[in-house]
Amino acid sequence: MSKKILLEHGSGGKLSHQLINELFVKYFYNPLLALQSDSAIINLETNNIAFTTDSFVITPIFFPGGNIGKLAVCGTINDLAVAGAIPKYISASFILEEGLPLADLEEIVSSMAEEARYAGVLIVAGDTKVVEKGHCDKVFITTTGIGILEKKFNHISSGINIGCGDKIIINGPIAEHGMAIILARNFQNFKSEITSDCASLNHLIREILESDCNIKFMRDATRGGLATVLCEIALKCKVNIIVDESLIPISENVAAMCEVFGFDPLYIANEGKIVIVCDKNHTEKVLEIMHRNQYGKQAAVIGEIVKVNQYQKGNVVLNTKVGGKRIINMLSGEQIPRIC
Amino acid sequence: MKYIDEYRNKELIQKLANKISNLTNQEITLMEVCGGHTWSSQKFGLPSLLPSNIRLISGPGCPVCVTSKKFIDYAIKLSNLPNTIITLFGDLIKVPGSFSSLYYERSKGNDVRIVYSITDAINIAELNPSKQIIFLAIGFETTAPSTAAAILTATQKKLRNFFILSSHKIMPPAMAALIDEGIKINGYIAPGHVSTITGSYIYENLVKKYRVGCVISGFEPLDMLQSIYMLIQQIINNDFKVEIQYRRAVKPEGNMKAKELMCKVFTLRDDWWRGLGVIPNSGLRLNDEYSCFDAEKVFNIMVEEVDEDPACICGQILKGLKTPNDCKLFAKTCTPDNPVGACMVSHEGACNIYYRLNKYE
Repeated sequence: MSKKILLEHGSGGKLSHQLINELFVKYFYNPLLALQSDSAIINLETNNIAFTTDSFVITPIFFPGGNIGKLAVCGTINDLAVAGAIPKYISASFILEEGLPLADLEEIVSSMAEEARYAGVLIVAGDTKVVEKGHCDKVFITTTGIGILEKKFNHISSGINIGCGDKIIINGPIAEHGMAIILARNFQNFKSEITSDCASLNHLIREILESDCNIKFMRDATRGGLATVLCEIALKCKVNIIVDESLIPISENVAAMCEVFGFDPLYIANEGKIVIVCDKNHTEKVLEIMHRNQYGKQAAVIGEIVKVNQYQKGNVVLNTKVGGKRIINMLSGEQIPRIC
Repeated sequence: MKYIDEYRNKELIQKLANKISNLTNQEITLMEVCGGHTWSSQKFGLPSLLPSNIRLISGPGCPVCVTSKKFIDYAIKLSNLPNTIITLFGDLIKVPGSFSSLYYERSKGNDVRIVYSITDAINIAELNPSKQIIFLAIGFETTAPSTAAAILTATQKKLRNFFILSSHKIMPPAMAALIDEGIKINGYIAPGHVSTITGSYIYENLVKKYRVGCVISGFEPLDMLQSIYMLIQQIINNDFKVEIQYRRAVKPEGNMKAKELMCKVFTLRDDWWRGLGVIPNSGLRLNDEYSCFDAEKVFNIMVEEVDEDPACICGQILKGLKTPNDCKLFAKTCTPDNPVGACMVSHEGACNIYYRLNKYE
């Protein structure tokens, strides 16, 4: 096989078939994909499914803690899992730039296969297109996923059961993915050990859901960071939220880099962090489960849902580390380093 | 984090806040001259720790916010020149000119690149000898020395494709102009980073002439509260002077080497500040000796005078007369995604900071 992606790899001819068989089917192998029919026929034995899609266009495509392929699988698995569903099947669509080294694509596909195996999902459908050099940036991946949802968890994605006194939990330190990416772009020639938190959280989430804890809401805090998820909860459910800055886990490395650039870590992206709203009587149990899991060792209660009082309905108030208070808003525009 | 956590000690902060509360019932207005101070006080929630008689207002110390539309128009025209790369600080890219922004021009294919230091712009010039690289040089005494150093580097390297469009400004004339306009300020929380370069002497005349307090402050919450405490002491004792709270960084004489560099490369000129108008001897242009790097002289582009949007009250906000919440456009038609005035663009701009960190209706 040629060592680089050529336009012909997307032509539907011999090279396309070679790429599909020697790369995609080889790594993603499962009986449904091996059939290579126009559609994968799957039997779910339920009429309650969760269904999601996401596109991934990250630069650089390889970064400490993962690559675009791992991210594409984890992202879709997490979107299904936080809705309370058990992720089952994924499709993966690739847009490749002419000239992409095949070894890079192989590494990406291999880590997708590995992540899917870990999470227990099958990649059952896919597509490949090749565009001329300069018409996309190396590789773009779109993943779509289907999961089975038990009816008793239907309320989780909307958060309709959220009420005063509920506690807010996060499974670990924030802002690691975003800062790892910024540093991987060789930003200001800084070197650091920060790695992306990119991970599939479905097993952790399943264990929590099966523990009979009263989970009111879950969301993965990706782009826009923790702050955005909290604002979404406050707006969507018309509740006030009080969060204590000193309780929010953050690694010293990440906090220091944010200081250097003038970034607010609350708005920096995560790819392996879940925000859970649960009944206050069940927080200990949820924390106990999280602390046992590799992706929840530093889980913490960071705040609670409060009654509407002096603050406007739908606000997020942060008690700052120094004892002050401020309102947290949705991220608007991009975070950019400050001039001085 | 060492050297940071010490300045964010909750108990000390609480103690200091209590001490401030017990000092006076007098209504006191203090100006955070520097955008970095506004950012810090909002980020840590300092206003919630202060008594209601102590009011903090934002001043003109955000370089992007005081940049004129004309400057942006000029930069846009430069970006339209063939074989030209515009390099700039990220904050500046979205600032609206009178007919477009550099962000929009970039989407049309103009080569506009965000850099994190002027050194990056020099590197781009060396790597692209067939292109002309223009750096949009903005900022106060904090960034002007690095521009000066870059001009000397470019001279040494005999770079013939590197230019700057200078909108560098200096702080004290603007601080004086505010009081000349009759704005009631009892004291200045004076800029920390600017003063590391200038030293503290530059504020002496200001304090004598206008009888206002002046404390050069660091940016951590304890720094700022201590500065506020010192200012209130000055005000209630009627003992106005320049004091340095930010002693770990600021010396009375400043950074002599940086000042020499600035003197060597720049000359004072009258300059236009958004919201404040023309202030005599408040801007920096390249000396004639370095005019071969001066984009204004080399390219000689004509840009028409423009009016600011009449509904935008950036000017009054920069003067500390109004807060962002007083503006009809604030958080409605003017947001960080779609800014009308420059104060909404920069992360140091009062409107942007209020939008991100404060309550709005």
